[in-house]
Amino acid sequence: MSEDMSRRCFLKSGLLVLAVAITPGALVLMNVSPGAAAPATPFRPHAFVELDADGSVTVWVGQTDLGQGTHTGMAMIIADEMDADWNRVRVRTALAAEPFKDPEWGMQATGGSTSIRHRWDMLRKAGAAARLMLVQAAARQWGVDPAACTTAAGQVRHPDGRSLGYGELAARAAALRVPADPLLKNPADYAVIGTLRRRLDMEDKVQGRTAFGFDFRVPGMCTAVLAHPPRFGARPLSVDADAARQVRGVLDVIPVGDAVAVCAESTWSALQGRDALKINWSEGSHPNLNDEAVNAELLAKLDGPAAVAEDAGNAAEALFAAATVVESVYAVPYVAHAQLEPTNCTAHVEKDRCRIWAPTQGQTAAQDEGVRLCGLPPEKVEVMTTPCGGGFGRRGEIEVVTEAVTLSKALRRPVKVVWTRGDEFAHDVFRPASICRIRGGLDGDGSLVAWSHRLVASSIMSRLWPSAVQNGLDPTSVEGVEGMPYSVPNRRIEYAIPDLPIPVGWLRSVGNSYNCFTVESFVDELAHAAGKDPVEFRLGLMEKDSRSHRTLSLLAEKAGWGGPVPAGRGRGVAVTQCFGSSVAQMAEVSVDGRTGVITVHRVVCAVDCGPAVYPDAIVAQMEGGVVMGLSIALHERVKFAKGGVATSGFSQYRLLGMKEAPAVEVFIAESRHPVGGIGEPGLPPIAPAVANAVFAVTGVRLRELPFSRDALKTAVA
Amino acid sequence: MISLKVNGTVHEVDADPGTPLLWVLRDNLGLTSVKYGCGEGMCGVCTVLVDGRAERSCVTTVESVQGSEILTIEGLPADHPVKAAWTELQVPQCGYCQTGMMLQAVDVLTARPDLPDGEMAAAMDSVACRCGSHPRVIPAMRQAAGKMKEEKP
Repeated sequence: MSEDMSRRCFLKSGLLVLAVAITPGALVLMNVSPGAAAPATPFRPHAFVELDADGSVTVWVGQTDLGQGTHTGMAMIIADEMDADWNRVRVRTALAAEPFKDPEWGMQATGGSTSIRHRWDMLRKAGAAARLMLVQAAARQWGVDPAACTTAAGQVRHPDGRSLGYGELAARAAALRVPADPLLKNPADYAVIGTLRRRLDMEDKVQGRTAFGFDFRVPGMCTAVLAHPPRFGARPLSVDADAARQVRGVLDVIPVGDAVAVCAESTWSALQGRDALKINWSEGSHPNLNDEAVNAELLAKLDGPAAVAEDAGNAAEALFAAATVVESVYAVPYVAHAQLEPTNCTAHVEKDRCRIWAPTQGQTAAQDEGVRLCGLPPEKVEVMTTPCGGGFGRRGEIEVVTEAVTLSKALRRPVKVVWTRGDEFAHDVFRPASICRIRGGLDGDGSLVAWSHRLVASSIMSRLWPSAVQNGLDPTSVEGVEGMPYSVPNRRIEYAIPDLPIPVGWLRSVGNSYNCFTVESFVDELAHAAGKDPVEFRLGLMEKDSRSHRTLSLLAEKAGWGGPVPAGRGRGVAVTQCFGSSVAQMAEVSVDGRTGVITVHRVVCAVDCGPAVYPDAIVAQMEGGVVMGLSIALHERVKFAKGGVATSGFSQYRLLGMKEAPAVEVFIAESRHPVGGIGEPGLPPIAPAVANAVFAVTGVRLRELPFSRDALKTAVA
Repeated sequence: MISLKVNGTVHEVDADPGTPLLWVLRDNLGLTSVKYGCGEGMCGVCTVLVDGRAERSCVTTVESVQGSEILTIEGLPADHPVKAAWTELQVPQCGYCQTGMMLQAVDVLTARPDLPDGEMAAAMDSVACRCGSHPRVIPAMRQAAGKMKEEKP
């Protein structure tokens, strides 16, 4: 077998179907600086690792680190299996390329908490293969049996006391075949996985050296700011750019699709130029759209035809026969991503080359867009992922790539497109607003026998992947209702798509984020109706010893559930199982009867995410999920008026402040389950946990997000 | 020409007097640690120190800070207690807001190092973070405050 063939086999066995052979030519694609050639490194067994003669290890990643610590976690897995010296490991972002495509999705993208979840085997094999080759190189040099050699901290050792550093072995190892199926470590032998490590991006972030997409510069670049349509479906009828062109530093005014771009020598000039544009916009597709109209459409779809997501047993009959029926309607508004680094992209289109630098979660989509706009083959379209100032799903969209590539083509120079905060709110792809009606039936013993759920929410897949929507059902819209951790013998889940022009998209935990609020609040209502403790009631509905059962049990133990609660406070719990993990949270709250302000004093969080690769990142993701989820629960609502988005900035869209943030205690379960995601599952439970706690202390059931202070004022006073 | 003293160095900058300090620092001086977040002084990620006090550079004109000492995160010593605590407690997630967050913390800790946690949180309330690094900020400030006291008894 040729060396190349064996490499292909290795990568295939690692769940990758590798179209690009790992040759020096392909390595250029992985250089962090697309303009420069990759330095010659002696040992690069595959796309993921390079070992220098000085013993330093570079881990190449294609996943986007939006702050989750993914890059460090991925490097930890490879370094551990490789037995590399962690102090000599660095991580670099690769250009978009075949080897970095998701082994399950077949495209390069970051979302769904998959970066490690979908690559656990592949990354371990990548590290283990490199290690085995280094061992074989040492054994050959010493003339000993490789099986007698051990490795640790970047060295191969022999029982007779001899040792060789990895760097010394790099050249010899490079001549060996890549093993197809290297032996993986016993988890008990992990030395890096599961330990506290300094995040590899920490120093740069603290010293202000991290260059985000917004900070990216390339020689000869100009900056563009666009005037986007102020209403859905609006187009520019006439553009008077005279005043804009008079602004100092403005270079050109160019239409891009339905927007008008002002290109300038500096960001400030571009911003002033945009302000000086006089555009007469058409009235758009839904000139009368406003909050009331949105609400009316959502409510209208609560009745009438719907897709059926799940139909088990006979929910209608079981409800008819039930001793007690509980019925509630819940509502959640549109929510914005509000990632702090606004959308941006830099592009440089040349005759036979297109370069794209973007803080993107969708590398393949960005590359495809470059291919489409430039008519170049994919290998001529280089996509470099910059560090991202948050993302939460927003950066899977590629409209800004379209804008930057189009403008660079027109101007024949590098162009950086930046969005303003106003653009960000007006043209986000929001978390869908949703209304649902839930009916639950309890038998005479207070056991849950029926669950009937009608959910109305705009469909994300209808826009992004219409073929995934079969018979009117978008599976991502009902996730969290479908797949709830409870067994109910008679279940019916219906789903209807409202007729609304508001674009919706992925936002951290997607359907789970709002469905967990309604499901877990309603489970609490049922527990109350059954006269049972909320934790006991939930555990009784779960398969004993299942992942969620164990996670909720761990939470109850750590939170001291059932123990004394400080005077004036209430406690609530909620559970989610999503993205391959299970998370349970308890909130302890008080409510000021005069102002209706909810204070969350304490949050306890239990998480089972399988092997805990990077515990500090898991803790950070749970903390972040709680803070973002609480922000959404207490404050966030995007408003609409006159056919467009009315919310224009942070003055109308408050994020959770420092003084409202609770302490979060995180407990990671000893897991017996496969590796799960951590970026998303920390968010869903906090809103219902708080609502349930508010009910415990006030008797008021909050069925709408964000929580209304007025409702609490009246009730508590 | 506008004369700006940034991180101890005086720069002559060709900018209109009304230009926000943010854009001059970023586009003219290349100090991209100073972030754009909203442009209306609402999110705080553009925070810099002007004569030791935290100011929102996106709503501060360059004209108004001529003759002042402007400090960005690059000008804060690499081993400053705030940077050390931020690193040790691994406060940043995406990190975009953290340069502004740290400079706000420097102002708060310099002026009032003994604030109780609640008031310290209130003093940090105006810097936004979307990742949810919040639970680590006050513990990091406590740690930094201790070290700053040791260094300056």
